[in-house]
Amino acid sequence: MEGVLSILVGIFFAVSIYLMMSRYTIRIMLGVAALSNAVNLLIFTSGRLMREVPPIIPEGASVPAMPTANPLPQALILTAIVISFSFLAFLLVLAYRAYQELGTDDITQMRVAEPADEDLPPVSY
Amino acid sequence: MAGNADHAVDYAAGMLMAPTSLADWLIVAPSLITIIGGASLVMLRYQAKWHGYLACFYLAALVLVDALLLSRVMVEGPITMTMGRWLPPFGITLVVDALGGLMALIAAIVALAVCVYSLADISVTSTRFGFYPALLWMMTGITGSFLTGDIFNLYVWFEVMLISSFGLLIVDGERIQLDGAMKYAVLNLMATTLFLVTTGYLYGAVGSLNMADIALRLREMPEGAAPMGTIATLYLLAFSMKAAAFPVNFWLPASYHTPKIVVSAIFAGLLTKVGVYALIRTLVLVMPEGRDMLSDLIAWIAALTMIVGAIGALAQNDVRRTFGFLVVGGIGSSMVGVAVGTQDAITGAILYAVNSILVMTALYLAFGILMRKNGGKVNLADLGGGYRASSWLSILFLALVFAASGLPPFSGFWPKMVLVESSLKEGYGWLAFSVLISGFITTIAMGRVWAHAFWRGGPIGTQDGRDAAPLYTLSEIVRRRVFVPVMALVAMIVYIGVYPSPVFSVSQYGAATLLKPDQYFDAVFGPVRAQEKERAEAQAVEGHRLNEASENGAVQNSEGAH
Repeated sequence: MEGVLSILVGIFFAVSIYLMMSRYTIRIMLGVAALSNAVNLLIFTSGRLMREVPPIIPEGASVPAMPTANPLPQALILTAIVISFSFLAFLLVLAYRAYQELGTDDITQMRVAEPADEDLPPVSY
Repeated sequence: MAGNADHAVDYAAGMLMAPTSLADWLIVAPSLITIIGGASLVMLRYQAKWHGYLACFYLAALVLVDALLLSRVMVEGPITMTMGRWLPPFGITLVVDALGGLMALIAAIVALAVCVYSLADISVTSTRFGFYPALLWMMTGITGSFLTGDIFNLYVWFEVMLISSFGLLIVDGERIQLDGAMKYAVLNLMATTLFLVTTGYLYGAVGSLNMADIALRLREMPEGAAPMGTIATLYLLAFSMKAAAFPVNFWLPASYHTPKIVVSAIFAGLLTKVGVYALIRTLVLVMPEGRDMLSDLIAWIAALTMIVGAIGALAQNDVRRTFGFLVVGGIGSSMVGVAVGTQDAITGAILYAVNSILVMTALYLAFGILMRKNGGKVNLADLGGGYRASSWLSILFLALVFAASGLPPFSGFWPKMVLVESSLKEGYGWLAFSVLISGFITTIAMGRVWAHAFWRGGPIGTQDGRDAAPLYTLSEIVRRRVFVPVMALVAMIVYIGVYPSPVFSVSQYGAATLLKPDQYFDAVFGPVRAQEKERAEAQAVEGHRLNEASENGAVQNSEGAH
């Protein structure tokens, strides 16, 4: 099961890297979204998989009766989902505002901060 | 747990039963002060005129708390506090050692200086958009990163720092800021995501997130049991990206000149150094084996980063971008220490990070004063007449030029000396040479900035300033608010340069704790071990008593005794 999920994580990473190498901000955003999901799956897989045994301790016992699913990766993923979701929301607004102000979603055209034809510094005093 | 009262729950097995002493609350105080401070400013959003003063008050409190923490660490060694009193490998542990305490203190001082400068530089509009809360929350993330002992918690603090820094970067929403913020935001988000990926791998390999616990487990594992090379390389990539080291440094000069000068100042001082700190923490303390594998690679990265930073600084016309490349070069110098890895070298890396925090912030702020005086000109060819306008400013700036280039008697000299010495001792002659050559190129680049901006009478094209427009003079209150922070920072730089032993001994202690982390481990696991010992002894006594009792034939029900 871990093997199958590992391949899935690999596909997610490949998709996100492919998208993030694009010139267009919207594809980069989609790549970021795919990347965060890839990471969540990766953490889930690295916590090892265990089917259908929730980490609940039966009545009257003080330890679980059998090996259970690892709850920690789920807590980590929950944190990571919340964070990556808020970042994606921010990035989408930022990309939209940048599109409005700069008139392009092509990052090779976004040269306001680093003009292509910038003067060289003076060579003499 | 509620509803579980029908059978006894032995809390003592899962929790630290000793109450947290009042003095230990100091460890969590920096986060509390800045979070609550930021929240209180959001609640006072219609009283924008109070924001600046309140923020400075909170940051002064932060400086005080961090100073107390550091002084306690220097006396007692690393101190810890575990959230919720869960046993340390399970609960999130905050740990203050000399490295974390020193970085947190310097960061707080720099933030206070920037905040005082902001009183004169931040408009009411920017204040209403939440400049000061974002500043305080960014300090929450930065201080939290320095004080945490849990690797996933470190990731969370990174994100706190990152989201607040986005807010600071685009607080005015100008075109250039949106352009710079796009690159900054996407690349930094990728770096932190990469950090999370690596943490996932590390958790999968080791099964723990507590730094001390991971470090202990990795030291006990047989060689090759964990994919150390992969994990260490990924951490190196993630934190290099965060710290703007050479092949992944291009987001920094693309974005750091776009926001307001105070924001540039605090970014240049603090954000990249958090990356360096995380690199030192993970590679030196947690996985020294990984650092040994990668030391040659880190040495190459360090050398190239220094050279690219210095040459990039030389090639810029916009002075703020020159400074951006200086930040990059400084990261290279700190990484020299990580590459060499001896105690002296790590001491040098920490010292250089401290120097770089102070100098880069002060440089941006001092240049901000000049920008106020000349109406916002930033290109080298348009500057001039600074000395005539303010001789004080030109002296302060010259001191910073010397400090940034690593010349005595300023704080940049000592770390470079230590780094060169330790790399020569370890046979990294070429690394020592690149430290020196990058210092030399930096001296040229910064000397040129000073000569054009201050020494020349006016911009290029005027006849030595005789027909140049005179610079503005600042009003008394503005002058006080902008000069006091710069003077304070320069005073610290001179003090460290002339009398380096206090900072040196703190850095040395920090490096020693990283390389021989027994003290660190004891601080994290000491309370657990003490509790386990106490329980074992109590059980032995109990068992003894029960045995005696049953021998006497008087069996008692001892259930209630627990």
